[in-house]
Amino acid sequence: MSAVEAAAVSSGKAQSGAAEAIHVENLHKKFGQLHVLKGVSLSARDGEVVAIIGGSGSGKSTLLRCINCLENPTSGIIRVNGEEIKLKADSHGHTVPADRKQIERIRSKLGMVFQNFNLWSHMTLIENVIEVPVHVLGVKRDEAIAQAEKLLARVGLAEKRDVYPAYLSGGQQQRAAIARALAINPRVMLFDEPTSALDPELVGEVLKVIGDLAREGRTMVLVTHEMKFAREVATHVVYLYNGLVEEEGPPEQIFGAPKSERLKQFIRNIG
Amino acid sequence: MLGLLHSLEIAVGATIVGLLIGTCGAYGKLYGGPVVRDLLAVYTTVVRAVPELVLILLLYYAGTDLINQVLTAMGYQRVDISGLVAGIAVLGFCQGAYSTEVMRGAILAIPQGQIEAARAFGMSPGLLLRRITLPAMLPFAIPGLANLWLIATKDTALLAVVGFFELTLATRQAAGVTKAYLIFYLAAGALYLAVTLFSNFLLGRAEKWARRGMPSVKEAR
Repeated sequence: MSAVEAAAVSSGKAQSGAAEAIHVENLHKKFGQLHVLKGVSLSARDGEVVAIIGGSGSGKSTLLRCINCLENPTSGIIRVNGEEIKLKADSHGHTVPADRKQIERIRSKLGMVFQNFNLWSHMTLIENVIEVPVHVLGVKRDEAIAQAEKLLARVGLAEKRDVYPAYLSGGQQQRAAIARALAINPRVMLFDEPTSALDPELVGEVLKVIGDLAREGRTMVLVTHEMKFAREVATHVVYLYNGLVEEEGPPEQIFGAPKSERLKQFIRNIG
Repeated sequence: MLGLLHSLEIAVGATIVGLLIGTCGAYGKLYGGPVVRDLLAVYTTVVRAVPELVLILLLYYAGTDLINQVLTAMGYQRVDISGLVAGIAVLGFCQGAYSTEVMRGAILAIPQGQIEAARAFGMSPGLLLRRITLPAMLPFAIPGLANLWLIATKDTALLAVVGFFELTLATRQAAGVTKAYLIFYLAAGALYLAVTLFSNFLLGRAEKWARRGMPSVKEAR
């Protein structure tokens, strides 16, 4: 059985016919002496919502950031849309993307949403949303604006289009950041703890937007601390412990009948 | 008046050269390899350590001499480097060292997540510089760069020592001929002041524009 098939079998609810959007195999990441990821494999097929959970320092954010090479993996294979990211060793022995054009092209198909929003502060919301379509993807400006207005309306920020990010609440900024990521019409959405920096009363509005996206069948990889939410929207849950996949499976199994002792304890502590 | 025009020409030219050097220098210092960083450290240290007057004399005389020696060695004719070009080059070289540090500080002040976001969406390094880094650092750089511009307008006076006809030399000549020292030097002072006031007005507008996405600091008091 090949690794791809194995991944498909292990990913409980996966639509076995759908193409594989993200494929990560035996990924290692070291920060100096610190071995953060010790051989992690992950797969997301079209339409799947993969939730990565785990304690602090388990490597879940690092795993997500390796998918688009914001962190360069030390070794391992990453395929996006079946295209393998070419890596090479630089003069210091670090692994870096071998082909800058390739990594830029792949990144422009992955819509990333950050914990701290990271909207561009010198641009209004509408400018933030059209920035990548216009300047990276070459979409015409008026088309991009029309599309951006729809997206902002969708996340409930239509009337804030000409406001700068600093004048908005965290929840509004994160919703705008989701609109910015959607504007590139991404093959996969990557969420890196999207609600961790928010006040508790603002978490709901952001989760609602993400939940809507999940329900309409968007492919997503989501790092989150919101267990209830992961259980609701995910089709597949991966529990990381200390740089390794400790247990994975459909949410009913992970949350309802966990096998590993560590996962049981993790769920007890959080729930 | 011709003197003032020459002074401004040099100040504008030197500031532009300085900004270009400063942008490259700051990038090199932040993201360059060890060799680039060391070279830039030598450049900024030496230029900021040596008095500008000494640098001007050194670069103006030694620099033109060196260029001509190289040219003759390569079999070309000697060229007469115009005072304007030499003045811009020399002052720009000095300005570059200071603006390297101003820009480096400004780039460090940008929330790094904004740069990370640009990378995550597939921006190339050039696009990232033009669309994100430069506009995002501007609010932090403008106060420092405004200082440099005002210093540049007055440093043009130093070029009088190499015989470049700018505002100060023109004043000295006019005052020497007419013996009306007080009036001419006061007039020159007033002209420098006028340049500064006008600059302040424009720089204030520029800073307001650059800070467009930032709430006023007064609200945070």
